[in-house]
Amino acid sequence: MHATLRSLLVAGTPEKPVIASFLRANKFPLVAEDGVTFIYSGEADSIHLRCWISGLSAAQPFERIDGTDLWARHLELPPGSRLEYKFERRQGDHVELILDPLNPVQAADPFGANSVCQAFGYVRPDWTLEDGQARRGTLEEIHVSSAVLNDKRRAIVYLPARFRRSRRYPLLIVHDGDDYLRFAALRTVLDNLIHRLEIAPLIVACTQSPDRLREYSGYEPHARFIVEEMLQTLRAQFPLEDTSDSRGLMGASFGAVASLYTAWRYPGMFGRLLLQSGSFAFSDLGEHKRGPLFDPVVRFINGFRVAPGLPTERAYLSCGVYESLIYENRSILPLLRAQGIDVRYEEVRDAHNWENWRDRQRAGLSWLFPGPLWMVYE
Amino acid sequence: MSTLTLLGPQYRAPNLRAVLAAQGLQGPFVSISAGWQEREGELDELRSHLDAEVHDLRIYERSERVFEQDSALRSEHRQRQAELQEMQELYQLQLAHAKDAARETFVHDGTPALVRRAQRQSIAALRRLDRAHLSAIRAAHMTFNARTDHANRPAIATAVAQISRYVDQASAVLVAGGHVAVLLNRLRLLGGAALFADKPVIAWSAGAMAMCDTVALFHDSPPQGRANVEVFDQGLGLAGGAIVLPHAASRLNLADAVRVRILARRFAPTRCLTLEDGTILEFKDRKLVHGIMAHRLMRDGTLLEVTG
Repeated sequence: MHATLRSLLVAGTPEKPVIASFLRANKFPLVAEDGVTFIYSGEADSIHLRCWISGLSAAQPFERIDGTDLWARHLELPPGSRLEYKFERRQGDHVELILDPLNPVQAADPFGANSVCQAFGYVRPDWTLEDGQARRGTLEEIHVSSAVLNDKRRAIVYLPARFRRSRRYPLLIVHDGDDYLRFAALRTVLDNLIHRLEIAPLIVACTQSPDRLREYSGYEPHARFIVEEMLQTLRAQFPLEDTSDSRGLMGASFGAVASLYTAWRYPGMFGRLLLQSGSFAFSDLGEHKRGPLFDPVVRFINGFRVAPGLPTERAYLSCGVYESLIYENRSILPLLRAQGIDVRYEEVRDAHNWENWRDRQRAGLSWLFPGPLWMVYE
Repeated sequence: MSTLTLLGPQYRAPNLRAVLAAQGLQGPFVSISAGWQEREGELDELRSHLDAEVHDLRIYERSERVFEQDSALRSEHRQRQAELQEMQELYQLQLAHAKDAARETFVHDGTPALVRRAQRQSIAALRRLDRAHLSAIRAAHMTFNARTDHANRPAIATAVAQISRYVDQASAVLVAGGHVAVLLNRLRLLGGAALFADKPVIAWSAGAMAMCDTVALFHDSPPQGRANVEVFDQGLGLAGGAIVLPHAASRLNLADAVRVRILARRFAPTRCLTLEDGTILEFKDRKLVHGIMAHRLMRDGTLLEVTG
């Protein structure tokens, strides 16, 4: 239990005005070096903490503080951790998932929003926040008619500040690019890191699939679309460098699978891969247990493990230690390194979510596309 | 008498116009923006800030033209650059260990007299390394100059003559920041400090670095690789006894007294001077005569405001 809560209870059951004062005076959840205490205030039959992190039960029961409508749940959480959660409130037959009413910090994702617990020592990186001094890049929308996918696909193309057609730029193609822009502050991150000279000015093509679980699962037409249609369109419209070390693919979760798969199908094409929390499921023996959606992924990764080839030259790989995928990511790391790929790998105390992927972009992008930091003094 | 004014970054809070006005310089001006590379000569912001005529000398573009016209020189130049790069990498390898050793001695808790002696030795090792590196760089430049006789090559002579005509008509030369290696390299190729013909020179950021005797690259928190301060090249030598550090507050951990102590001692008697927004450092005949909003890194780990 957090010391602040303990001092509230030290004199016995607190009166309502005392509780109200306690709720006004503190930030929630209560954070200490050894963990976090979540608080709920209100009528309920039960409250559970719901968080989707590997190693913990998905639903953690709160305890009601005798004689009050205050509920508490303490969670040991190592310093630097960050986790997203909701409260499950049960009253009679009614069960609902709600955001933590006492915590204003939230994270959005394609499915809505979660409350965010920032454990002791976690600080949101300043380069993920808008910097009024940073020159801003621009976004352009392009459309690619795809014979391979029998569809017309849209992409948002980020052009760095002070873009010049007389210069050639590296290219990064991002899977789930719209989501990276919306939920992982990709544009702000690019603006800031380019402005700080930490990454090279680069062109970033943000692609989005209407059927990502199929197209990103190790789907040959998707790889063909990226290389033979998307890349060709980008080459025709923008001044791109033409070497593999100036071309990269990026993605998280299934997007990381799509990135690795595409590079694997077209060796020598993409010299840079940024893979976050990759869904690199495989089976050594027998059936995998991740459900039918993962069947094509497992087929690809099993094949990749047999014949990895040389899909890229340099890669950045990251995964949260609170993800079930940590095992798969740890497993693929030595395989990539054994091929001679120069891999930077990072594990963090976070889970499978967009803010985890947001916070890793500096390390990944600066590893793959280093900027002229040492040489340029403007 | 040559006058040189070094300024801090001009991006957020430019003070160039005020400095020129204070020196009674009304234009026309010539600029060197070779450090901007492909953006060389894009002077809209500069002209708008100065509200005066500015002609860019196109040092970067002229250098590229020289190389197109004189492929033998280009080949020699590339070879020299490759040699310099390898020298830099070897120096970095040695520097990493020497720097760590120095820091260890400065945070070591032990018998004061013994610790002080170890500190002196570790600083001496750093200084030897820096000196040897700089000396090797000088030798590489001299060899290149002797081998190519580059000042007398027709393509360079033509470019220098064209530049001189513009400089003669100008009241001052403005040297912008950017990529310090490119800037210094191209300036040196086309005549170095002689290009300025004793006109007043106002230089900022990388431009200011290039004017010093020694150019040091620095960053304490790069996203990749080791934090360091490394000697990179000899400069044009118009600012005597100084190494300037643009954006020092954001690039260096100046609150770390040990860091400051080591840097100050490593480069002494050369002064390490910060260049921030609003900084003005005036030199006459290489000598620092006046300073505003600049700080010197001191041997005791503090920062001393520079006034002159």
